[in-house]
Amino acid sequence: MLQLLIAHLAAALAAPALVRWLGRRAFLLLAAVPAGAAVWAITATNAVLDGREPTVSISWVPALGLDLVFRVDTLSWLLVLMVGGIGSAVLIYSTRYFSARSSDLGRFAAVFVGFAGAMLGLVTSENLIQLYVFWELTTIFSYLLIGHYSERVTSRRAAMKAILVTTLGGLAMLAGIVLLGHEAGTYELGEILTAPPTGAVTSTAIALILVGAVSKSALIPFHFWLPAAMAAPTPVSAYLHAAAMVKAGVYLVGRLAPGFSTLPVWQAIIGVLALITIVHGGFRALRQSDLKLILAFSTVSQLGMLVLLVGSPFKAGALAGLALLGAHALFKACLFLVVGIVDAATGTRDLNLLSGIGRRMPVTATIGALGVASMIGVAPFAGYVAKEAALEAIIDDQAALAPFGWPILVVFALGSALTIAYGLRFWWGAFATKRNVTASLEVVRPPLLLVAPPMAMALAGIATALLPGLGETLLRPHARTYPLGEPGHLAMWSGFSPAFQVTLAAFAIGIAVFLARHRLSGWRIPWPEQWDGDRVYRNTLRRVDQTAAATTAVVQRGSLPFYLGILFLVVVVGALPGLLTAGVEANLWLGTDVIVIAASIAIVAATVLAVRARRRMKAVILAGITGYSTALVFLVYGAPDLALTQVLVETVTLVVFVLVLRRLPIYFSDRPLVASRWLRLSVAAVFGLLVAGLALLVPQARIHEPDSADLPTTAEEFGGGKNVVNVILVDTRAWDTLGEISVLLAAATGVASLIFLRHRSTERPRPGSFEEISGKLGASEPDPVARLRRPRHDEAPTRRASWLVAGVTLAPHRRSVILEVAVRFLYHTMIVVAVFLLVSGHNAPGGGFVAGLVVGIAITARYLAGGRYELSAAAPLQPAFLLGSGLFLAAGTGLASMIFGGEVLESAIVRWTMPVFGEIKLVTSLIFDIGVFLVVIGLMLDILRSLGAELDHQGDVLDEDGEPVRQALEPAKTIVRRES
Amino acid sequence: MSVLGPDLFLVIAAGVLIAGGAFLVLERSLTRVAVGLILIGNGVNILFLITGGPRGGAPIVDVTPEEAMADPLPQAMILTAIVITLALTAFLVAMAHRSWQLHRHDEVQDDLEDRRIARLAAIETAQERGDIGIVTLDEEAAGVRDETADIVEEHWLAEEDVR
Repeated sequence: MLQLLIAHLAAALAAPALVRWLGRRAFLLLAAVPAGAAVWAITATNAVLDGREPTVSISWVPALGLDLVFRVDTLSWLLVLMVGGIGSAVLIYSTRYFSARSSDLGRFAAVFVGFAGAMLGLVTSENLIQLYVFWELTTIFSYLLIGHYSERVTSRRAAMKAILVTTLGGLAMLAGIVLLGHEAGTYELGEILTAPPTGAVTSTAIALILVGAVSKSALIPFHFWLPAAMAAPTPVSAYLHAAAMVKAGVYLVGRLAPGFSTLPVWQAIIGVLALITIVHGGFRALRQSDLKLILAFSTVSQLGMLVLLVGSPFKAGALAGLALLGAHALFKACLFLVVGIVDAATGTRDLNLLSGIGRRMPVTATIGALGVASMIGVAPFAGYVAKEAALEAIIDDQAALAPFGWPILVVFALGSALTIAYGLRFWWGAFATKRNVTASLEVVRPPLLLVAPPMAMALAGIATALLPGLGETLLRPHARTYPLGEPGHLAMWSGFSPAFQVTLAAFAIGIAVFLARHRLSGWRIPWPEQWDGDRVYRNTLRRVDQTAAATTAVVQRGSLPFYLGILFLVVVVGALPGLLTAGVEANLWLGTDVIVIAASIAIVAATVLAVRARRRMKAVILAGITGYSTALVFLVYGAPDLALTQVLVETVTLVVFVLVLRRLPIYFSDRPLVASRWLRLSVAAVFGLLVAGLALLVPQARIHEPDSADLPTTAEEFGGGKNVVNVILVDTRAWDTLGEISVLLAAATGVASLIFLRHRSTERPRPGSFEEISGKLGASEPDPVARLRRPRHDEAPTRRASWLVAGVTLAPHRRSVILEVAVRFLYHTMIVVAVFLLVSGHNAPGGGFVAGLVVGIAITARYLAGGRYELSAAAPLQPAFLLGSGLFLAAGTGLASMIFGGEVLESAIVRWTMPVFGEIKLVTSLIFDIGVFLVVIGLMLDILRSLGAELDHQGDVLDEDGEPVRQALEPAKTIVRRES
Repeated sequence: MSVLGPDLFLVIAAGVLIAGGAFLVLERSLTRVAVGLILIGNGVNILFLITGGPRGGAPIVDVTPEEAMADPLPQAMILTAIVITLALTAFLVAMAHRSWQLHRHDEVQDDLEDRRIARLAAIETAQERGDIGIVTLDEEAAGVRDETADIVEEHWLAEEDVR
């Protein structure tokens, strides 16, 4: 069993290579694989009959209780035989049907064999989930087969139709399977069917599963995908209609019927849909002029009959249904292959163009006649035996069927009559000589391999009919599992019974309709056009497209303010109901702390002014005031670390803005959004109000002890530090900090890459080593006090490094010697303070962030006082080096503690006593903090080098009018021109 | 635990900061957006502070008795947020500068690709999609032909075509 599936998989994978190597002959080789499945089924016949069903079970997902279980009972046996037998026959036929030069034969062969394998898995699955997996596999394979001619619109559309309809059904079915499995407590079919659950949930589940089965089996209202699927190559149609795909739905109905066919929901769905489908398909088949379409609608009609019989709760009906299932597989595959021969020989399938084919292709015509005979139910063919048994069953169970017995009988008989009419018309259309058609077709003799497969099926149709007793024996075990009625029988002749009389009547009507076909050709079924499945499908598809397009047009406007506004509103809409229904009493408390009140007033005033500001610098400075005031609040609220960091960050932010704003216009540009100003204002106001409301309520909604309740104790015990905030940063939540410094590194790199357009020089600018384009920085600007300066002896640039680098690199009118000297003196003091903050940060306010910021400010001061050469003198290191080594140190601490057997980023405490200093306690998390320290310095240095030094450099390249040269601001290639 | 409401002044300050920041963020000028983000950042940090627990002393062992300490966890989070805001501001400002270099203004432009999609969508809504035109089955069937072998030239056991 499992070997068969693996063989199919292997054959499918090998098929493209085989076809490339052997050409069309590869199909013969591949045909052996499904043939093997059929042969295996034949050898297993006795075992299946005796109830020793071949079963394979493999553990799949034990945690979910999912096993791969395959079991072959009578129903599966029949389907395996069909899937394998007809699959191999179609593959053999394909060796001669396709031109040796047809496109994509390798892919076709692979997908076809894969399809056969998926069907095999589907009909032998014992587990419902596993069955579903194979079910969807057949959907995908059939999609690929129907869309084989992918360059044609018709094929693509048909394939899309098939996959959309069957997947929709499949999804409903999955929901049904899950419900059913939940209700039954198992997904094993055997267990579910021995003790079928009942109740509303089960009914829902069954209805959903039936949606899947009905969509797959092309019953109304899902029937329209099947006729469209004739866009597939004819061998595929033969397989789809006869043995695969649509038969999967019938299989599922037959599989579940023994347990659930007595449910009212089951009977309503199956009964109503099947009866409508029988009539609808029959009528439509009668009106087609394409031979393949006649067969397609015939399949729709016959599927109605099959589902009606197999889905009935009666033993006799089920037996007839199984017989019809087998018979239909044989004659329908046969007839499709015959159409393929006619099509290949004549180049058309239109029965209005075909004439005299029967005389020229007698063998093919005979095979066609045998197939049609079985389809319309002439003795001694399989179709006859099955239909007689069906009529017998319907008549015998009239009492149990009441009050629906008569309608069912009438519809079934009408279906038979229509079958006879379109069957005769099919053969007449394909092979008869028509007076009004003058066809000049070559006499052809189809090759044996093309004729043999349909011939074998036609003969098998007779053979099975001649041994009705054997058929009954083989199919009886499954039919007996149905709940109601007496076991039926299969027989060639059971007397002049009522069933036989109905058959005679059907023949009379059918032949009459066939003879009156010309007069009936204008006759239509009164069916509202807008209810047509195909039209509903198209309209739905179009509406989905339109809705999607309209939604996209409304939502994706490409405007950042719009997107952000939506984000704000979503937060408001999402949080507002919770806020209004929180039921927490807002306990107002007017703070009595003067500092907090003052800071709050400052914040409010600065914010309002910043929002109204028209000058860039004004807005930035006002934002800075809110930041410093926030720092004050932090201080009052017992957060000295925060206050320290906030003050430093606010200062650095101001510097960053100043560095960039010197290049931007003083005023904000004209506001393009002035029209929507009030709208934006109201969105912002509502958002602010919501946040304020949350701030009022959240603190009082707290119901748990804070997580940090015992942090002070553990901080000292395990983290070795007294400053709890710092211990959290470098120890307790060190992972977060590691992530954060990675973000800093990314931001620093981003800033640098936005500013360094050409390359990021690894060489630091040094006085003398730098190209002396304009002598000194700013020397080209007019110097209003030049005459007041005394001539200087060190005018000429010197290569010797001096204590104040600006002396040789800055124009005199740009210098402030007092500032330079003061900064120079302060610099080292600040570095020492920073190191102190770093080391003491574990026990007192400070730490890596604060220390790094202090160093950054020290360097900033050097840069502001002495220009970009002073910057490289102050920090003779590449920012990338600092960033990299910082991250390496921080991450390395984590790795090291892991190597020494601890948790990642776990701290160790080392103590030793040193003379003079006394006892020294070193916590390894200090190394982590040094990493943070280095990354922050790197960030600061990158900002200064990019927004400071590099912008200076770009600004120094001035033209005659003192305007910055545009080229210097453009990337790469224009620069090359300047330099060359 | 004493249920004491948050300081009303701070609640107002945080609300105003966030409303003002949100208003600026909804502008097109990147400098204004950067300022707006700073305001929002400050507002959120205050929000953190007042929702993070009652006011207390500095969370440093031996400086403040444990029961009088402010909750250190929100503080650590705020500290992280402050530094990240700095990095974000620097990046935004660098972007504003780059935008000024290239376009002589620092405004966020609309995404042209999104505009194009929206326009296409509008066109599609107006006109029905071409390939879902109504084609009857018969018309479709007439166009369906397989790449079949040329049976006329083949015989009962034809040799494989010379390729």
